[in-house]
Amino acid sequence: MSAPTTAPARVKTDGLAPDSGPRRAFSPRVTAGIATGALVILLALVVLLLLSTPVEDPAKIVIPGVSLTAFFQWLGVMGPIVQIPIILVAFAAVVGVLLLLIEYAPRPGRVYFWIRLVACFAIPVLALLLLRPYANAFIYVLGIALVSGAALFVLDYRARKGAGYLFQLVLFAAPAAVLLLIGLIYPFFATFVQSFFDKTGAEFVGFDNYVWVFTQPEGTWSVINTVIWVLICPTIATIVGLAYAVFIDRAAGERFLKVLIFMPFAISFVGAGIIWKFMYDYRQGDQLGLLNAIITAFGGDPVAWLSVTPLVNSLLLMVVFIWSQTGLAMVILSAAIKAVPPEQVEAAELDGANAWERFRNVTVPGIRSSIVVVVTTVAIASLKIYDIVAVMTGGRANTSVLAFEMVNQQQRFQSYGHAAALAVVLFIFVTPLIVFNIIQIRKQREIR
Amino acid sequence: MSTGVDIIEPVTDTRSARQVSRDTRKHEAMARKRLTSKGATIAALVIAIFWTIPTFGLFVTSLRPGSDVQSTGWWTVFTDPSFTLENFQKALTSGGTALTLGQSFLNSLAITIPVVFFALAVASLLAYAFAWIDFKGRNLAFIAVFALQIVPLQMALVPLLSLFSRGMTIGDVTVFPALDLRGLEHSFATVWIAHTIFALPLAVFLLHNFIAEIPSEVIEAARVDGAGHGQIFFRMILPLAAPALASFAVLEFIWVWNDLLVATIFAPSSSLPITQSLNSLSGTWGDQWFLQAAGTFISIIVPLVVFFALQRFFVRGLLAGATKG
Repeated sequence: MSAPTTAPARVKTDGLAPDSGPRRAFSPRVTAGIATGALVILLALVVLLLLSTPVEDPAKIVIPGVSLTAFFQWLGVMGPIVQIPIILVAFAAVVGVLLLLIEYAPRPGRVYFWIRLVACFAIPVLALLLLRPYANAFIYVLGIALVSGAALFVLDYRARKGAGYLFQLVLFAAPAAVLLLIGLIYPFFATFVQSFFDKTGAEFVGFDNYVWVFTQPEGTWSVINTVIWVLICPTIATIVGLAYAVFIDRAAGERFLKVLIFMPFAISFVGAGIIWKFMYDYRQGDQLGLLNAIITAFGGDPVAWLSVTPLVNSLLLMVVFIWSQTGLAMVILSAAIKAVPPEQVEAAELDGANAWERFRNVTVPGIRSSIVVVVTTVAIASLKIYDIVAVMTGGRANTSVLAFEMVNQQQRFQSYGHAAALAVVLFIFVTPLIVFNIIQIRKQREIR
Repeated sequence: MSTGVDIIEPVTDTRSARQVSRDTRKHEAMARKRLTSKGATIAALVIAIFWTIPTFGLFVTSLRPGSDVQSTGWWTVFTDPSFTLENFQKALTSGGTALTLGQSFLNSLAITIPVVFFALAVASLLAYAFAWIDFKGRNLAFIAVFALQIVPLQMALVPLLSLFSRGMTIGDVTVFPALDLRGLEHSFATVWIAHTIFALPLAVFLLHNFIAEIPSEVIEAARVDGAGHGQIFFRMILPLAAPALASFAVLEFIWVWNDLLVATIFAPSSSLPITQSLNSLSGTWGDQWFLQAAGTFISIIVPLVVFFALQRFFVRGLLAGATKG
């Protein structure tokens, strides 16, 4: 494809060809060559950086200017409430500059050309200066910043959709991309690697950590409990939520009845944990917990519910989770039920179907996709459950789950290898659910 | 058009008008249909009562004098009522010298409010790019961002923490130094960044669903008038997507306020939020249920107020993702 013929057509579809006049055609092949060249230089710089000899005293090289650390340290001296407006204004300023650049950079003309040129070099250099790299790696990191800035500018200038196109795209995506890279993508690989190393990460131990997970009681109980959690919680939450949504559908005071069930969803798991710990409370003499009070009222003996093994205490923890998540299921399913065409229900009624048959054969098929969403959402949440276990039992009496045990291993035992292996097991559990969701999304996007 | 948009978008009259006409049309039929529902109504009431009692019990407990709470169950309040607000005051001031519950309440505010804005801004920028800037591999990139939910929070905790506290060192070269913030009085930087990152995949997904449905004529018109993407984003998209932004803001607020794990890992000890303080105080309070109850209510009052005030937005935000998902 050569640019001149396609460019006008793109003007219409994208509406964003800034150069109104005829513009020079760039060979895409040369552009690709430049991109490759820049990549090679960047890689070379990274390799050089890794091979560079460490400076004896890193403190020797002092780079002037403000760093992010210094800013946060300055901010940290202030009270918590004072910090809110300051950080928000600072953040708004950064976003404002970003949007101004996005707005003006793609315009044609000499001034805007210079704006782009300066911005391309200034942003990466400034960003890296703010992070205060380095001392000893200074030259290389600066080199990387300059080369990537130059590459961005040249590639942007040669972009098929006009200068500034690539530039604005990068500015739109960069903040999120950088955050996702450092916060999710890099940690994912790091944890994966970590799971094959020992406690402190110094020695390669192969699959030992995984063996530990599946042989030691802490590990096996957390796996077993997690599996039970993910089987029971979504099922019951969905069934109760669906039943409730059907029962109150078009009943008097529907909104109020909905709010009652949905309210626990806004309560933190910590709060919910304490609320239910109070329900389960056990003591000598007069009972304060409702559950034991009922039991003693009927002449039974009070039970220390959260220590009852096997599984009873885990199930009681699940009650808390179901209590909190049923509202979510109910709200989503209720909206779905209202979207089922009433004509279908009527038709079934005319055919002589009773209430259960109508529900079974008309409503449920009509809301199937919503049921899937509810089940997967609650299932993912129950896989990641941490707070309830931490608050109510602290993982004692075989109530531990993967997410809790992982933090436990890391915080209490400083055993990073075990923690990483538990996290990877959790990841393996979550994967099929997300893949399933993605397939659903792709289907829906195709329909559109 | 998919169903999700039908539910989240039209707060306009068309829908309510349609619903009203449908409702009136169905009125007689409904009366007949609900004949079966006497049992259903009772079942619903039972569920509702069962769901409300735990919270109600703790609420009553938080208002009863401590000595009463320690000796009798909260239900005796109906026969022997006596109330006090003293528990709240005691709960607010309890805690170590470093951090009382009241102080951690402020910390929670300082953590939650900025994070909501950070996540919304960063996510809506990317969502806009996915929706309205055409580039190669756009769909794939969008799916990839959504798929990042596959990475459990727990997997990201340790490496991100060590990136913050020890920096990044490859071989002997310090590529990035640590954010040296542990010694500070109130430092929320690491919690802000962590929460923002973890919110992104879902936020981008939800906001994209909404932003992509804005009619392209609106955006074309702005372009003809000479607006670039910056202006379109700021002047058109943000106001038009306000319902979606508001609903995600409410969701994110409640999630971040209620979070325990991320804050436990990332916040320095003087900057811990109320969930964490409550969790540790809960241990020291032990059997003093009047304090536990009051403390719990202090911690859940903010999300509950947000929930009741902005309930409609909250529900809409959930549905935006749900019916699409």
